[in-house]
Amino acid sequence: MQRLIIALASGLIFGAGLVISEMANPVKVQNFLDPFGHWDPSLAFVMGGAVMVTLGTSRFIMKRKAPIFADQFYISLKTSIDRPLIIGASLFGIGWGLSGYCPGPGIINAVINPIEALVFLPALVIGGWIGQRYSVRGNSIQH
Amino acid sequence: MLETFPSQALFGGILIGFSAVLLLAFNGRTAGISGILYNLLYNPLSGTERNWRLCFMAGLVGGAYFMLPVEFELRQGYSPVLLIASGLAVGIGTRIGNGCTSGHGVCGIGMLSVRSIAATVAFMISGILTVTILRNFIG
Repeated sequence: MQRLIIALASGLIFGAGLVISEMANPVKVQNFLDPFGHWDPSLAFVMGGAVMVTLGTSRFIMKRKAPIFADQFYISLKTSIDRPLIIGASLFGIGWGLSGYCPGPGIINAVINPIEALVFLPALVIGGWIGQRYSVRGNSIQH
Repeated sequence: MLETFPSQALFGGILIGFSAVLLLAFNGRTAGISGILYNLLYNPLSGTERNWRLCFMAGLVGGAYFMLPVEFELRQGYSPVLLIASGLAVGIGTRIGNGCTSGHGVCGIGMLSVRSIAATVAFMISGILTVTILRNFIG
């Protein structure tokens, strides 16, 4: 029960953060990805602010033997930079640029701009399914 | 380039970082949106393993809903072909590459994971190339 409340709270804060920061505004995201044109660098402060918090705290959290409400940390132990990682991330970047949506903003768009969500989300789910089918064996779902 | 300091972007980013830290410190989990989504869709989970992910997703959408109406103008009339191509590429790419802006960009970099740093560099470069090509040569 405790873990479910934390997950709900974490989701709520994340969703609010995406809207407040305007990461949920696809036009702004595309402008951020357009340094040779209509560049809007402000979204760098979103990742900057988020990473500032995670970078400043993760190492202290990971010094604990276990999380507060669970018996172990469930994080990826992979360290090698392999081909699926780079191909997948590059393909994701193409998709991100084409619409301005990464998965989080794409999902919350169901309550922001449902007309676009109705087209984007089924494609996202089908894409995930295709990726799942063609993923190499042992490439379990991580982040 | 910036007319005013982007305090909203910074504040929203800090909230996102705080959300990730909360999930890690208490539940030991990565706040990676694509991973949480695919585990729900394509992994036969039950009990808490399924329910915490459902709670996170409900929170994500609920948190956005509480912030409505948004301050920005909603995009209208965007090409459905681009939206579909985008959804497919984001879906396949984040599954194969094991993460998106949140899992790699926020959580992974926070852990100084070399995989996540490499993935973030890769999706930033391809995202910039895509928008540059889209705006200058196609749309």
